[in-house]
Amino acid sequence: MIPTLLGVLILLPILGFLSNGSLAFLGKRSDGDIVTTARHPLVTVVGPGVILAAFGVAVTLFLDMQGAPEQALHIVRYGTWMPVGNLVIDWSLQLDQLSILMVLVITGVGSLIHLFSVGYMRDDASYARYFAYLNLFVAFMLVLVLGASYPVLFVGWEGVGLASYLLIGFWFSDTANAEAGKKAFVVNRVGDFGFLVAMFLIWVTTQKLDFIGAHAALGGMAGTPVVLAIALFLFIGCAGKSAQLPLYIWLPDAMAGPTPVSALIHAATMVTAGVYLVARAAPIFSGAPEASLVITAVGALTALFAATIALRQWDIKKVLAYSTVSQLGYMFVGVGSGAYTAGVFHLVTHAFFKALLFLGAGSVIHAMHHAYHHTHRDDDPQDLRNMGGLAKYMPATAAAMTLATLAIAGVPPLAGFFSKDEILASVFARAQGSPLASASLLGVSGSTVLYVAYGIGVLTALLTAIYMTRLLLLTFYGSNRTGEAEQEMLHEAPMIMTAPVLILGALTVLGGWLNLPALLPLGPVGLLEHWLEPVTGSSMTRLAGNGHLDHGTETILVAVATAVAVVGIVFALLRYRKPIADKANSPADQGLLARAYSVDGLVDALVVRPISAFANVVLTRGVETGVDRAFSVGASLLSRTAALVGSKLQDGDVGKYAWLLAAGALALLAALTLS
Amino acid sequence: MNGFFEFHFYLFSLLAIASALLFVTRKNPVPAALWLVNVMIALAGLYVMLDAPFVGVIQVLVYAGAIMVVFVFVVMLLNLGRSGISDIRSLVSRLGAGVVGLALLANLLVVQRQKIPRLAPAPAVDNAVEGVAASLFTDYLVAFELTSLVLLVAIIGAVLLAKKRVRV
Amino acid sequence: MISEALIVSAILFVIGVVGVLTRRNAIILFMCAELMLNAVNLSFVALAKMHNVTGHVFVVMVMTIAAAEAAVGLAILISVFRHFGTVDLSSLRTLRG
Repeated sequence: MIPTLLGVLILLPILGFLSNGSLAFLGKRSDGDIVTTARHPLVTVVGPGVILAAFGVAVTLFLDMQGAPEQALHIVRYGTWMPVGNLVIDWSLQLDQLSILMVLVITGVGSLIHLFSVGYMRDDASYARYFAYLNLFVAFMLVLVLGASYPVLFVGWEGVGLASYLLIGFWFSDTANAEAGKKAFVVNRVGDFGFLVAMFLIWVTTQKLDFIGAHAALGGMAGTPVVLAIALFLFIGCAGKSAQLPLYIWLPDAMAGPTPVSALIHAATMVTAGVYLVARAAPIFSGAPEASLVITAVGALTALFAATIALRQWDIKKVLAYSTVSQLGYMFVGVGSGAYTAGVFHLVTHAFFKALLFLGAGSVIHAMHHAYHHTHRDDDPQDLRNMGGLAKYMPATAAAMTLATLAIAGVPPLAGFFSKDEILASVFARAQGSPLASASLLGVSGSTVLYVAYGIGVLTALLTAIYMTRLLLLTFYGSNRTGEAEQEMLHEAPMIMTAPVLILGALTVLGGWLNLPALLPLGPVGLLEHWLEPVTGSSMTRLAGNGHLDHGTETILVAVATAVAVVGIVFALLRYRKPIADKANSPADQGLLARAYSVDGLVDALVVRPISAFANVVLTRGVETGVDRAFSVGASLLSRTAALVGSKLQDGDVGKYAWLLAAGALALLAALTLS
Repeated sequence: MNGFFEFHFYLFSLLAIASALLFVTRKNPVPAALWLVNVMIALAGLYVMLDAPFVGVIQVLVYAGAIMVVFVFVVMLLNLGRSGISDIRSLVSRLGAGVVGLALLANLLVVQRQKIPRLAPAPAVDNAVEGVAASLFTDYLVAFELTSLVLLVAIIGAVLLAKKRVRV
Repeated sequence: MISEALIVSAILFVIGVVGVLTRRNAIILFMCAELMLNAVNLSFVALAKMHNVTGHVFVVMVMTIAAAEAAVGLAILISVFRHFGTVDLSSLRTLRG
């Protein structure tokens, strides 16, 4: 039964893609105006329907696994993919505690977002194409988390990259959107290069590419340079997909896509693939302490870096984008320091509240767009300076967003508090004493790195509280800056859009129960940790050392985290209370933070320009023209020269003929002599 | 080979070679032809010394006596000796020709040394002519008859070609 | 003695080749060709001393053909001289290809 269910799980979104994709081709008018079938009822049913059905299958599988926990691990082989020499790669899916967790998140949050999209995209001409791409994305994401070997995972990895490109550039008639999609794909490719090198190294070292086999072989080689190299290259892949420094630059641009896409792909699922990979490859990373320190350090720096930028962004989606980068940094701090459960826990809670935030922002943008459309005003519906006081018009959305803001800031007892706190506590504990602390990174001792990471984590929590409260204030509270005429059109989004938001709100409140700490016995302790133990337990103990905090220290840490959150919120409340002008009357913000430290400009100057110049001068004008000339002009030159030489041989000069005769005879004779 | 024999062999050889060299370097065709006749006579002597009296006599009668005479006739007929312009090619050509010639010579000598087996010379027979005749008229009879045909064709051809074209 | 004769033959032959390459007068060229034929005849005679009398027969054949060739060739030369007024090879270039 399990193989069938797994197959159905993957097939459902693929069928959705095929069905919606075919429908996307209907309805083209003969006068050249491409109008796909907007709001075709079949698309509305199939699009979200397949994902809801997939969620149902996932729940079934989960219950089945819960019933028999010892036999929870299933590896299902669907056939051979690449038998090459002694490398045999199969189409295999691995169902275990970690993968089913990811599947539940993907299909659960995914179906909510699909339902939201039904309302959000109802007036879009490419309605069917949208759902086709969205289903395709879910299909590939499921392959990614269910793959039983690195190559199959990589198929999903690349596939979600493709879907992301298609969806970011969904409204491709505007070149900027297409460029954003291209940027995402290219930057991802840089990361994929790292992933591929890691795969090659794994193959060369262990002759195995499936998770069970490769990890068993590599587990015994802990501490060797090879494992370190593999871990680092894998992390390069993660940095690309999960937008860590310096490969995060595509994520803010990816906001060019429709907002539900940002919610699904760039908040809840695709960007978490990197975190999933680290958790999945825990045996490798726990065997390479230096690499784990690198991950922790990069994660911490990214978190801080992105949080500073978010403080000063004026586009609502850009704030959320940088917030996502920052929170991903947190997750990597978690899995980097060996707290795999904590990292995954934050992944799940972040999926809840970040999806909520994005969908809420989507509702806001939807309303603002309608308002401007109604008054034919050409202004930016996504700019915070044009919003304000929207709680009056959209109370449900405002309430949910407020909850999410509190959650992401880390206010107890919401979900974000528990997950963020667990990461910080784990880092602190490992800093005190563990194999990680004993290792060293570029001369700096591991414990120093971990303490600094902890400090950065706390500082970032403060910044997170500040910028999220700022977002909330400028959007929903204070006086409205949209304009008198537009205010009539501002209203709550239709139920199909608001309901998913509210459901996610409930999950944000209750999500913390997934992994309650022992310190605060509000319910069953450490459910998630127990659940994931068969997968990550041994790796965790490897890196945990003796780092167990006593209750006193832990209470202090919790108090610090909570205090930081409260301080941040209060600070933002005081700072952003003053009324500001709307976008049209505001000066253009050229500050360093508003320009995101001009990183894009830097990348353009350092990487893009030299490569373009090289392509232009050396390749296009040099090599390509040279090859063209060699073949076209060269061929004609060759025949003309041959003809010229040939014609000189037959000009009637008998003396010349005599010469040639003599030379020929000499040559023949010489050949005879020398043979 | 006794001393007398050897001396005369080398005499005739040197005579042939010297005459050949003088032949190729004369500007005027008439002296050149005469030097060539000299070469042929020296060669005839060599043939006799090599136990080929028949060939030697034929050489003098046919080659030196008939063919070269025709050559001299044609030279006189066309009055070619009169012009003062030398027909020898430039120095560069001569040097190149020299190089080719030396290379060719070296090659030929090497081939002679390598490929030609060292068999003992056959003893001289009394009636050399008889041997040639026997071979000519039995083994190579067909070739012999064909040569007469060739000569006939040559005569006709020569006469035709040398005739003055009659304007019709 | 045979090898000495062969050496002489080689030298004469090469002198003939050099003559062909260096002279422009057609009659001289012809005569150089005759020299080459004579050198070959010497070779045949020398080798006949080592083998059998076929060498002499061959010499007879060569001489015959040389005679025929000389006759025809000189007849052609006379025609050429009548037509072009010269037997200098560098002027006789109508056989362009």
